[in-house]
Amino acid sequence: MSRPEETLPPDLFYSDAESRKYTTSSRILSIQSSMTHRALELLNLNTPSLILDVGCGSGLSGEILSSIPPSEGGPHIWIGMDISASMLDIALQRDVEGDLLLADIGQGVPLRPGSIDAAISISAIQWLCSADSSDVSPVGRLGRFFGGLYAALRRGGRAVCQFYPKNDEQRSMICNAAIKAGFGAGVLEDEPGTKNAKLYLVLTVSGGDVPKGDITGVVNGMEGVDIMDQRRGGKAGGRAADDRKGSKRWILKKKEPMERKGKVVKASSKYTGRKRRIAF
Amino acid sequence: MKILTTSFLTCAVKACKSSPLSFPLHYKDAELEQSDIAYNPRFLINILPRIDWDAVRVTATELGFTVPEEKPELPALDASSSTDTIEPADEKTLRELHTLLLETEVREGKLVCGNCGHEYKIKEGIANFLLPSHLGEFELFPFCFLH
Ligand SMILES: C[S@@+](CC[C@H](N)C(=O)[O-])C[C@H]1O[C@@H](n2cnc3c(N)ncnc32)[C@H](O)[C@@H]1O
Ligand SMILES: [Zn+2]
Ligand SMILES: [Zn+2]
Repeated sequence: MSRPEETLPPDLFYSDAESRKYTTSSRILSIQSSMTHRALELLNLNTPSLILDVGCGSGLSGEILSSIPPSEGGPHIWIGMDISASMLDIALQRDVEGDLLLADIGQGVPLRPGSIDAAISISAIQWLCSADSSDVSPVGRLGRFFGGLYAALRRGGRAVCQFYPKNDEQRSMICNAAIKAGFGAGVLEDEPGTKNAKLYLVLTVSGGDVPKGDITGVVNGMEGVDIMDQRRGGKAGGRAADDRKGSKRWILKKKEPMERKGKVVKASSKYTGRKRRIAF
Repeated sequence: MKILTTSFLTCAVKACKSSPLSFPLHYKDAELEQSDIAYNPRFLINILPRIDWDAVRVTATELGFTVPEEKPELPALDASSSTDTIEPADEKTLRELHTLLLETEVREGKLVCGNCGHEYKIKEGIANFLLPSHLGEFELFPFCFLH
């Protein structure tokens, strides 16, 4: 099966027919819903928040954000961005509560600095790695996106992006763009080595209640999470971890503070090899 | 498009970001609709400090509402305290903010940048922020002379 990103630009691929098919598939509904819940768990919001849904599509994640009960810190208010008018049209028909913007995330994020508490993105950002109708390179588009997202988040804010990189190269291209924009970054993989493997890029903005430039505080205490220095090998780090099927693997860490200290940071051994929580 | 969202939107043209004229975007030919959203005092208490009240006043005036000159003050509410402890006067403010910021929506119209003049169309509540290529190309001279 070829990857949709390689067939057409996103606004053409997600046509009326494809968007309807996407939003009526019970398999897709259930997978997108479980990934949204997992991302929310990683965002760890304890009060109703303003959330940007990047590549919100027909609003599947948004509906979940609107329905989080007060006992779990919700409901959240959200703004969705998507490049496909057909996907947004289905979101309208589904009567979602969030505000929708027809927008290309590769052009940036048209929000004031420090506006949002958090951002979520499910199965969307790998699209930025493929050529599209604009003449800006994937690296340029990733830079605009992460730069815009970084600015739009409040200090201490957090973003979680589940994505499907085509290969290691795309994965590092995406992660490096996030780090370059200023984020503290880590990658969490659920069910590694299986056909259900899911990658989550967890991004933090320092300031507020997050220690400066440090993702360790964020992931400490999270299950199945490891932090590694990414200098070795350059390619998204975690080379060694890749061999240990089923073991923990946090991969990236913001570069500069690490390099200044010049040492490899690893999570304490109590997290090693613990059974991963399966989010379905 | 909620007034809340409007108060966070800025022109997507890169060269406009640094201009004070690009915020807030200005409504033109706006058609309003009242929607029904669950009252969420904790959300309002969380978001109000980040809201640029002067921008909200500009927008509200353009849409035909009058709002107080000063940003209302709200009690802090930590995760453990219950919303039952909100004073009646604060409750009234919160309800008004809720109606204004979350339930007043623009269904049709345009948002116009005061710096470059680009018009972002709103249809069925969805704002079109796709930048036409003429704005991408003329980043250094962001004038919407082609529209
Ligand atoms: C697989 S769908 C996921 C939709 C939604 N997040 C969900 O989980 O159901 C990918 C979405 O990303 C959107 N997308 C792809 N490239 C984009 C871009 N450059 N800007 C905005 N949205 C984009 C597509 O239009 C599509 O709606
Ligand atoms: Zn402008
Ligand atoms: Zn124009």
